[in-house]
Amino acid sequence: MEQYEPERLTPPQAAALRRSLRNGRAALTRRSLLRAGAGGALAVGGLGTLSACGIPPAGLARGSVSSQDHSATEKVVNFSNWTEYIDVDDSGKHHPTLDTFRRRTGIKVNYTEDINDNNEFFGKIKPQLAAGQDTGRDIIVLTDWLAGRLIRLGWVQKLDPSLLPHAYANLSPQFRNPDWDPGRAYSYPWQGISTVIAFNRKALDGVEVKTVSDLLDNPALKGRVGMLSEMRDTIGMIMLDMGKDPARFGDDDFDAVLARLQKAVDKGQIRRFTGNDYTSDLAKGDLAACLAWAGDVVQLKSDSPDVDYVVPPSGYMTSTDNMLVPNRARHRANAERLMDFYYEPQQAAELAAYINYVTPVDGVKPYLARIDKDAADNPLIVPDKAMQAKSHAFRSLSSKEETAYEEKFSKLTGA
Amino acid sequence: MPTLTEAPPPLAPAAPEPAPARRRGRFTPYWLLLPGLLWLVVFFALPLVYQASTSVQTGSLEEGYKVTWHFATYWDAFSQYWPQFLRSVLYAAAATVLCLVLGYPLAYLIAFRAGRWRNLIMVLVIAPFFTSFLIRTLAWKTILADDGPIVHALNSLHILALTDFLGWTAGDRVLATPTAVVCGLTYNFLPFMILPLYTSLERIDGRLHEAAGDLYARPATTFRKVTFPLSMPGVVSGTLLTFIPAAGDYVNSELLGSTDTRMIGNVIQSQFLTVMDYPTAAALSFILMAAILGMVTVYIRRSGTEDLV
Repeated sequence: MEQYEPERLTPPQAAALRRSLRNGRAALTRRSLLRAGAGGALAVGGLGTLSACGIPPAGLARGSVSSQDHSATEKVVNFSNWTEYIDVDDSGKHHPTLDTFRRRTGIKVNYTEDINDNNEFFGKIKPQLAAGQDTGRDIIVLTDWLAGRLIRLGWVQKLDPSLLPHAYANLSPQFRNPDWDPGRAYSYPWQGISTVIAFNRKALDGVEVKTVSDLLDNPALKGRVGMLSEMRDTIGMIMLDMGKDPARFGDDDFDAVLARLQKAVDKGQIRRFTGNDYTSDLAKGDLAACLAWAGDVVQLKSDSPDVDYVVPPSGYMTSTDNMLVPNRARHRANAERLMDFYYEPQQAAELAAYINYVTPVDGVKPYLARIDKDAADNPLIVPDKAMQAKSHAFRSLSSKEETAYEEKFSKLTGA
Repeated sequence: MPTLTEAPPPLAPAAPEPAPARRRGRFTPYWLLLPGLLWLVVFFALPLVYQASTSVQTGSLEEGYKVTWHFATYWDAFSQYWPQFLRSVLYAAAATVLCLVLGYPLAYLIAFRAGRWRNLIMVLVIAPFFTSFLIRTLAWKTILADDGPIVHALNSLHILALTDFLGWTAGDRVLATPTAVVCGLTYNFLPFMILPLYTSLERIDGRLHEAAGDLYARPATTFRKVTFPLSMPGVVSGTLLTFIPAAGDYVNSELLGSTDTRMIGNVIQSQFLTVMDYPTAAALSFILMAAILGMVTVYIRRSGTEDLV
């Protein structure tokens, strides 16, 4: 193949370039360069360089990347979180719980809201973590399936339980043993996210919505139903509706659910698969009913009286966003102290009162009631026993399953 | 790869090279080219090579990817996603035609009739660029909302019944249909059509119009025989500047569309980020690039404006 790989421009190309550069401005046309380049382009691109590329395996053996902990000397912790996922004071500049943490421990928290999307963030940190380098972050917060992938790839550090007494004692039982991190060796939940059915009473106009089947089948809602583009939430909710268990299912179950959803798509029942952007559609009434995340619904309900939610009798999905310490993080001990701090019911209550997601901390209720009585009584924020019993988690997927399922699901959503 | 050698050298004619006038300036053009070339190599050529390599690899995230020259990826990708390709081309073409129809009269007005308002109108054309692309697209969700004034008007005029019949809209709504996506594309890329049209119209000598009138051409004939042919460079570059980004766009389809309006950009995005099938995503990107390059080449040949662009 060597003969097709000139190291420099081919003679005709060089001649064309030289000529076109010299003969005044008219000579340097795109055409002449293109024409000269066409023959040589492939060769210059270098088929040889092509085969030299390749992407090495991303996984690392667990614990193969040791990191030195600088927590004792550097009193900081770098915390990357999702946007609008923490308490903010009235000025909008300070986070009261982080200030309390600093006052108590002397550790400064560099809080960055640089996570917008699990997939995008994964793309962002992948190069460093795959190469075993420091990402500059001591805590990252990722949804459980991605947290599971990072653990599988060996990209995060094992936590030291002795530094996490509150977390160990107060973690809500429903989050204790996810199949991707049994016993929480690598991660602790920041908040839980429940998926329920939300609806706009005015847009429904008397139509009753109680189950996922209503969403998928009721002809009165044609073209005004929203599903979530997050595969696990949408598929999980339909699985529950069909009497299957999202924690234990096989390829056939998945395909059956997909077929059911496909039927609804083909009928034109479903308007869109959305991320967080369903909130404006629902408030406006463009969507009459949709699958929705509880934290959003609490917020929407207080903004527009027509919006409400219902928990289907078959149950609902709960996933968690989890705090992880990536490999090579410089301040693991500080990070663990911060994690533990948020498992003190008092601090968890401060946080829950502000952000309206499911709190993973047991014993928050009395503290939360002192700040916000309504929030404390809201089962979407502090799930009661009955609510907890209906909560389900999606099982973790192998990387092969993940690719196959995501591919099928994304094809169903049109791409 | 034997075809490469058999093809004659693309630029064979060995024109006698004029002797350099001054030796000193001989390398100046190369030095001037250097910054641009470096930029292109680092930010265009290298990523392209990397992408080409990715498209013929196989493997998975955990095992890593190896170059196996698996060209079947291209065929698999195309046979799976040709509807999205076709749709992208159709939507982009529709948006381009709409842009031309809307933009030409406006550019004409600015160039010949606007007088002292010219600068103001130009600013108005460019003004939307001061807000972000996303915000501009999201604004269309309010404009076309189900119980908004536009949809109400269209409904009471029974226009939506007609477009529903044609498959352009669905039921009594516009959002989440092909029409909404094409509207968004048209709106977002309209300035790219108007600006080149304006530049080429503005260059036309007004005396040509007078001359045409003196030769008893009616205004319509003048436009057909004088103005329009002279504005062809603007038309060609305007359509290219609209069509090419519109064909690869995924934001409009994502925000204004539905499951049956997804364009190839959406597929590439989800293959790269969600499915993490990098080879397929890379192959799709290359097919899109090749398809656009092919169509543009044919278009430029046909419109006979190779030297004007």
